[in-house]
Amino acid sequence: MAYTEEELKKELETKEYEYGFYTDIESDTFPNGLNEEIVIAISKKKEEPEWMTLWRLESFKIWKEMVEPEWANVKYKKPDFQAISYYSAPNKKPKYDSLDEVDPELLDTFKKLGISLDEQKKLAGVAVDIVMDSVSVATTFKKTLAEKGIIFCSISEAIKEHSELVKKYIGSVVPQKDNFYAALNSAVFSDGSFCYIPKGVRCPMELSTYFRINQAGTGQFERTLVIADEGSYVSYLEGCTAPSRDENQLHAAVVELIALDDAEIKYSTVQNWFPGNKEGKGGVFNFVTKRGLCEKNAKISWTQVETGSAVTWKYPSCILKGDNSIGEFYSIAVTNNYQQADTGTKMIHLGKNTKSTIISKGISAGKSQNSYRGLVQVNSRADNARNFSQCDSLLMGNECGAHTFPYIEVKNKTAQIEHEATTSKIGEDQIFYCNQRGINTEKAIALIVNGFSKEVLNKLPMEFAVEAQKLLEISLEGSVG
Amino acid sequence: MDLKEKLVSSFLAFENGVDVDHPVHDIRSEAIKNFETKGFPTKKEEAWKYTSLNTLQKIDFSIFPKKESMLEYRDVKKYFLHEIDTFKIVFVDGVYSSFLSETTHDGVDVCLMSSALNKPMYKQIIDVYFNKIASKDDSLTSLNTAFSKEGAYIYIPKNKIPKKPIEIVHFSTGNEAALLLQPRNLIIAEENAEMQIIERHQSLTANEVFTNSVTEIFAAKNSNVDYYKVQNDLTTASLIDNTYIDQKDGSVVNVHTFSFGGKLTRNNLNFYQNGERIDSTMKGVTIIEEKQHVDHHTLVHHIQPNCESHQDYKGIYGENATGVFNGKIIVDKIAQKTNAFQQNNNILVSDKATINTKPQLEIFADDVKCSHGCTIGQLDEEALFYLQSRGIPKKEARALLMYAFANNVLESVRIPELKVRINKLIANKLGVRLGFDL
Repeated sequence: MAYTEEELKKELETKEYEYGFYTDIESDTFPNGLNEEIVIAISKKKEEPEWMTLWRLESFKIWKEMVEPEWANVKYKKPDFQAISYYSAPNKKPKYDSLDEVDPELLDTFKKLGISLDEQKKLAGVAVDIVMDSVSVATTFKKTLAEKGIIFCSISEAIKEHSELVKKYIGSVVPQKDNFYAALNSAVFSDGSFCYIPKGVRCPMELSTYFRINQAGTGQFERTLVIADEGSYVSYLEGCTAPSRDENQLHAAVVELIALDDAEIKYSTVQNWFPGNKEGKGGVFNFVTKRGLCEKNAKISWTQVETGSAVTWKYPSCILKGDNSIGEFYSIAVTNNYQQADTGTKMIHLGKNTKSTIISKGISAGKSQNSYRGLVQVNSRADNARNFSQCDSLLMGNECGAHTFPYIEVKNKTAQIEHEATTSKIGEDQIFYCNQRGINTEKAIALIVNGFSKEVLNKLPMEFAVEAQKLLEISLEGSVG
Repeated sequence: MDLKEKLVSSFLAFENGVDVDHPVHDIRSEAIKNFETKGFPTKKEEAWKYTSLNTLQKIDFSIFPKKESMLEYRDVKKYFLHEIDTFKIVFVDGVYSSFLSETTHDGVDVCLMSSALNKPMYKQIIDVYFNKIASKDDSLTSLNTAFSKEGAYIYIPKNKIPKKPIEIVHFSTGNEAALLLQPRNLIIAEENAEMQIIERHQSLTANEVFTNSVTEIFAAKNSNVDYYKVQNDLTTASLIDNTYIDQKDGSVVNVHTFSFGGKLTRNNLNFYQNGERIDSTMKGVTIIEEKQHVDHHTLVHHIQPNCESHQDYKGIYGENATGVFNGKIIVDKIAQKTNAFQQNNNILVSDKATINTKPQLEIFADDVKCSHGCTIGQLDEEALFYLQSRGIPKKEARALLMYAFANNVLESVRIPELKVRINKLIANKLGVRLGFDL
């Protein structure tokens, strides 16, 4: 049967967010609103040491003084911070030894998401630390990691058990007063992941965490801290899906990476939170602060695939502090319908012979707005700094927008900076060529988009690459016609 | 009293000297209100992130020059393109100098803004064009509008081409310890008209000068305007140049900016493409050193389909110089088939020089070809070695390479004498005599 474009369009318009379901798990939710008591209560609830409570309170104080930033090229209704519940944890929280003990309702949720734990477990080499509404409920492969001396646990556990490490590094890359959302996160973060790779250890598997938002009206404030000690290597994966909601959900995470001398961190993200329906109603607000610090000869590589969220505001950055350090940023941002994304990166060159690469691919369709905003800064002592940036945008349909705001600030004459950006659409001749060879338009577009994004997709770990490729196709289906 | 207050209070005095019943005066009154609310831009504003006007505001500028000065042609001859015959509109300390000028009303109007504003025969044109494309929102443009009184007025009727290029030259003599100048130019090219304009600001002594200039250019259907800005002033002279260009179907406007001097130079170049098949070209060479600061801020707004824009800015920064490039291209939803190109290349030759660049694209149409490229680098060591191995001294070799770097901007200069002049200026800047006729 011939499958006409009209039919396809209809199908896509009626197609609801596949992962839009809601599991009713009795959860322990705080009353809405934010004040010092709530901050203290969160801290108490998590049985945190005193210094952490004080740190949270200090952040809260800073946050109160700050105003929400408005410079980003996005428009949205500002969240009411007093109408959000700042803590929600799945209620039954015994420590499980095996999957059988896990709440079957929870397991069902994972099955719907297509990442059932038992399946995941079988996927050799992947340790999954599942965060469901702020609290880790299952951690696998911990033993294998423990043998190598690798610490991979929830941040609340780390605060209790590895207090020294957390105290030393938390807030060292993203200070509390860094920005509005970082301050908020520092005050109220509920949980997140912590990872420490000891000296000279090469982490034998990809570490991954799945974040999910499940409770209505619950803001998620994740805190991730990854420390790679001298000469170590780790590849960290982060992936997200969220059930559909009518009201907007706020997500303000903070990710801090610390790569000590000769260490390497590879941080990959696939983000597919609910983007709102086709009228632009609902969807997740994603205001994330991600930053990494490179010491001597260290390397941090960010790979991002962004297809979800109603509003995204995210700039994974590298501070190239040590000599010869390397920062990389590979990103694909896809926006459709009424989605808005203002994403990019910052590369701050401080050390000598530092190198950075930025490859950013933006694809906008429907009525969406997609912006790249980046900063490359070379300080006066950063001799022989090298940067290469490439930002390509692909436009589909005439109601979307693609914007580029690259900032380049150079204070050193030995710097070599190259920046290039292009904006174009999928050529009619390219589609015609595919049609001629019996590939229908929909497939042809998927093919071309895949080719367009290949440079970035290639940087993803295997299992993520497959998922990401699928995501791209799903998010763009029907956007051209 | 700070400069803003001084300016606002001077407006009353200014009103005594102009016809307050003229419709233009309503525009002025509106503009001073806007300036009063907005004040001078600060670094907090995105568009002024890298350029600060703080030091300028601390200087006590005279707003109205007290005495007139005379200049002898032979003393200032070198600042004109004297190799060829040109029309000249010359101002000394903001006052028109009929002695140095050569204006015309023969078929085309090359004369003064003050006569256009005062004489009834120009009223219709002033009503249609004055302050129509210039921003009513921008505080510095408003400041200029409020005090608009004098400047160049050029009107080229349908199918006419003036016999020779037009030079607009502003001298400041240093009669005042510090002088603020606000020239206002209006340039109109009717259908199929063509013209070439060279603009220059020159201070003759080391006294402070601050020029806040606004130029409005209207290019009607199929007209062709070539505009050359030569900025080679002393390091006590600051210039904020606001140029607004309105283009209609099939028109071609080229603006070349040569920034070789001045304390603080800010070029706000705004193109609005109100028609189809338009071509807009902006090119610039910046070679500065000491503590000089040059900021190129361009905007090309593609409003209609099938248009093109080309930008090519090259910069060489030495000593403590700072360079800024902020190029913005906006492509509206209906402006399909737009081709917009932007290129910014920079060389830093000193450890203390800084370059901040932000090539920006905002695109709302899908069938477009837009690209921007930006590089910051050094002279190629191997090329330098090659030239040296062929017996060219290092200094000359460096100059040759830098010259080559800037050269493709010069290629599109269509007045050969001006090209030679610019070449000489570049050679001077680089401190060498280039051994070939450029």
